Amino acid sequence: MHAHNAGDGPAGPHADRAGRSGDAGSAGSGPGRDDPGGHKRVFEPTEIRRALTRIAHEILERTHGADDIVLLGIPTRGVPLAERLAERAAEFEGRPVPWGSLDVTMYRDDLRLRPARALGRTELPADGIDGKTVVIVDDVLYSGRTVRAALDALTDLGRPRSVQLAVLVDRGHRELPIRADYVGKNLPTSQREMVRVLLTETDGEDAVLLGEWKGALA
Amino acid sequence: MNRHLLSVADLSRDDALLILDTAEELARVSDRPIKKLPTLRGRTVVNLFFEDSTRTRISFEAAAKRLSADVINFSVKGSSVAKGESLKDTALTLEAMGADAVVIRHVASGAPQRLAGWIRGHVVNAGDGMHEHPTQALLDAFTIRRRLGLRPGAGGSGPGGAGRPAPGSGRPGTGGLDGVRVTIVGDVLHSRVARSNITLLNILGAEVTLVAPPTLLPIAVDGWPCEVSYDLDAVLPKSDVIMMLRVQQERMTAAYFPSVREYSRRYGLDTGRMAALPEHAIVMHPGPMNRGVEIAAEVADSPRSTIVEQVANGVSVRMAVLYLLLGGAELPGEPR
Repeated sequence: MHAHNAGDGPAGPHADRAGRSGDAGSAGSGPGRDDPGGHKRVFEPTEIRRALTRIAHEILERTHGADDIVLLGIPTRGVPLAERLAERAAEFEGRPVPWGSLDVTMYRDDLRLRPARALGRTELPADGIDGKTVVIVDDVLYSGRTVRAALDALTDLGRPRSVQLAVLVDRGHRELPIRADYVGKNLPTSQREMVRVLLTETDGEDAVLLGEWKGALA
Repeated sequence: MNRHLLSVADLSRDDALLILDTAEELARVSDRPIKKLPTLRGRTVVNLFFEDSTRTRISFEAAAKRLSADVINFSVKGSSVAKGESLKDTALTLEAMGADAVVIRHVASGAPQRLAGWIRGHVVNAGDGMHEHPTQALLDAFTIRRRLGLRPGAGGSGPGGAGRPAPGSGRPGTGGLDGVRVTIVGDVLHSRVARSNITLLNILGAEVTLVAPPTLLPIAVDGWPCEVSYDLDAVLPKSDVIMMLRVQQERMTAAYFPSVREYSRRYGLDTGRMAALPEHAIVMHPGPMNRGVEIAAEVADSPRSTIVEQVANGVSVRMAVLYLLLGGAELPGEPR
């Protein structure tokens, strides 16, 4: 039944979120639950490291030395990614690069399709985002709905000069006119598949897994 | 979480912590220039108040409005409306108006329970008779947790290019009130605030002591999960939190104590008694206060008093409750 367009059911557009610990009560949130079930590792730790290093360089290049940029990760896994990118950018430029987190739960368009979920944290750097170039950071770009929600959330927090998007994995199947400015890896997928990003900070290891999506979300 | 919030006794420890953790994140919205979230757009919350209570009503109203819900205030002056039939008629009217949630305050204990059986929307108990006042207990627990530094991730430095951030996801887990010594002083007999607080504080692991004149303790207090004392001065040095209850003159139909002065002398919190508290202890009051009766003005205005904070925290906690009840889908097969 999930072979339909991803917009058809509550599970569709967010199959990539099945493993996110920000979604309290969702099935399969523990690492390892689906691992034996024929998941393919499509991204090894060294590749993740290289991709993040490259993205950090690209951000510096595009923003001419990261003047006035703020990296904002979307919980759960966007936050450690934003921190890692900020660390690398700071290393290359020799000065701190501000970063924070941006929870989009209250702005989602699918809230009424699933039980109320626990909120993540929104934490902005002390200088805020007014007049800054904000780079939204997330692990997987899929339908684009999370990013849409993030743009709405940003509007309520201030007025950035511009907003960019960095993702570790772009798996396609957009449902909204949204694209990423920085992509770690383009991963062609079918909508039946599930992409899971594991990070040391949240899951004990770095990896990107691709597999058949079988769990129900609720 | 259940469909309704009728009693804190219906909450598991995890439910209670989820509400407190959610409130913690929502409290940050109050610090923003735009204090509004779009989450409950198109939902209607009815405040149905059969008993006067300006502060609770406006707190729920502010909470609902910050979540972009539409708010209808339905206040029934006086209490000529008997429960039974006419409450049911009111319920059906609200149902017809499309209320997604009804926040009810009623003089009769159990009225919210009855209402929940009649309407399809969610019911939130905003105080029923001498029974319960769940959101007050939740906001008190929230205030204790904040002031005593017990919330999860407290003390973690935020992001901004330096230091490790507080755990980004705000995961529940710890964050209870384990071992916190809470003393509740005053008119326990008439107080739904005390009843809800005793239950919730126990769920969260706190140790509760009641101090009151024997006439203002319910007969059933022996079975409650708390200690009882008649000597405030003996309990003060062993309290992390002291919660003063209002002397509810409007509910006092008999002579429960000889005079207000005597009550104040034995059970009131003045500066001398405040000095006997441990250094970290906080003073709470659900409001409205009778200054000079159960609490001295200097104590109410001291830095240890959390009374103003409790009001602000009330909005955050009520936002959390409305979000968790109304913000998601109903689980299929969930009992109505």
